[in-house]
Amino acid sequence: MKITPKVTQSFAWCICWIAGMTTIAFLIIIVGYVFVNGIGSISWEFLTTNPRGGLKGEGGILSAIAGTVYLIILTLIIALPMGIGAAIYLAEYSSNNLFTRIVRFGVESLAGIPSIVFGLFGFALFVIALGFNFSILSGSMTLACLCLPVIIRTCEEAIKTVPVTLREASLSLGATRWQTITNVVLPAAIPGIVTSIILTVGRVVEETACLYVTMGGSSNMPTSIWSNARTLSLHLYYLAMETTAINKALATGVILITIIIILNFSTRWLSNRFISLYQGNGGK
Amino acid sequence: MASIIVAGRKREFHRISDSFWQYAVYIFGASSFLILFLIALFIVREGYPAFVKIGIWQFISGTTWDVADNIYGILPMIIGTLYVTIGALIISVPLGIFTAIFLTDVAPIKLRSAMRPAIELLVGIPSVVYGLVGMLILVPIIQKFGQGSGDSILAASIVLAVMVLPTIVSITEDSILAVPRSYREGALSLGATRWQMIWHVLIPAARPGIIASIILGMGRAIGETMAMIMVIGNSIIIPDSIFSSARTLTGTLALELKYAAGLHWNALFATGVVLFVLILILNSIGLIMLHGRSK
Repeated sequence: MKITPKVTQSFAWCICWIAGMTTIAFLIIIVGYVFVNGIGSISWEFLTTNPRGGLKGEGGILSAIAGTVYLIILTLIIALPMGIGAAIYLAEYSSNNLFTRIVRFGVESLAGIPSIVFGLFGFALFVIALGFNFSILSGSMTLACLCLPVIIRTCEEAIKTVPVTLREASLSLGATRWQTITNVVLPAAIPGIVTSIILTVGRVVEETACLYVTMGGSSNMPTSIWSNARTLSLHLYYLAMETTAINKALATGVILITIIIILNFSTRWLSNRFISLYQGNGGK
Repeated sequence: MASIIVAGRKREFHRISDSFWQYAVYIFGASSFLILFLIALFIVREGYPAFVKIGIWQFISGTTWDVADNIYGILPMIIGTLYVTIGALIISVPLGIFTAIFLTDVAPIKLRSAMRPAIELLVGIPSVVYGLVGMLILVPIIQKFGQGSGDSILAASIVLAVMVLPTIVSITEDSILAVPRSYREGALSLGATRWQMIWHVLIPAARPGIIASIILGMGRAIGETMAMIMVIGNSIIIPDSIFSSARTLTGTLALELKYAAGLHWNALFATGVVLFVLILILNSIGLIMLHGRSK
């Protein structure tokens, strides 16, 4: 057979199909394996009892759920105002000068720093130097630093998408720049801000390395922000590495993947809605 | 009269608050850079004594990491990280590039729109879940068909390959889509087949973006921690085969940080400095390549 461009093309198409299907296969294998082997261990009792510790990893995941929720709330309280503030600067106030370049460099570099380096920093600063010990507070301070670039980028995009005409209308009515931002621009950018919140929640749920060295990992029910605690991801790690309860680790994996799927669908839904809002469909 | 005064005060209030917030957002804007600076400051401050006492070259080229004898050299971990990263890229770069071509030019529209959420899901799955699946599926297979316990560079590379795949696919896809339409039309009108157009026109035009995706994927691979700990075995040895156990730079930090003191503590932060500098350089190169393309 002669190797014509047509033959090469069919061959290349084959490789592309194989590559695409392999990528999908990875996802199906991972999600499928975790669900098939983990879903059987999920019960009401599993969700509503605390882990009892020990080598057999008995008990449920209630305190890990509580730890995750505490951490999400506290991280958002710390990071969201800072992130939105920075996004307002980048979208509304920045001009092409050295300061803006420094700000952009900061955001982009921070986004690439590995989780464990944040952990190292959080351990040295929050756990030791500031004396927060291993606690939800130390964990959420560390996570807030880690999540900041995500919030800034998403909110900046959202604020930039708000039409200039809205701003001009507000300014022409005599509103100050700040009044325009708080009363006109930010309300219009709310879907984008909500997206950034969901992305942050996702990061909190999936992060492990930086929390491993700042949160302590106690399996007790957290009572305050000073409590030593664990998240669902951390709980999965402890179950897999330090106990024989692999089925419970898989069940925790099912919960984690389900949360991530729900979060991903909500961001998709929101961004579609946001796009249609400013393309004249009135969000319908 | 009174209402005029009130209105005046109100306007005065808004004027002051306007300039107050203007300064406030400048400070918020600087926050990321400040955090970056603080991270650098803290890890360098804590790691510096190790560089002084051990010597930078001794620290980087030392082959022994022994907490009991207080000897710290990170060469085994550097090699471990290097092998795992290269292994992951060998798998994920070809796979990622062909998957990106599949998504932009080959797959039927319906399949494309179904695959994007799937790839997003791959990004979102927590790294401990990857580690767990690696532990339960890959490690036993490698133990059966290879040598050793199965906790190995091979297992870690495969897990890592899946984890960096989304980065490579999405950036490559974006840079192929960013190639001007006229390039496609030009190639096709000259009688090229669609594959010739992809291979000889689109891929070369998208090359900076593709290289950036590889570099950024590499940064992600070097920084990955928990999934690596779970499948690599963590022995501090210079690995001699893909079935050998090894340890990564990040793994050492996570495993030892909580009980470290004295020189050990400093040595861990010095490891953090090495990691920090490495990632900062890689990401800067990657981002410069990406931005160079968009201008």
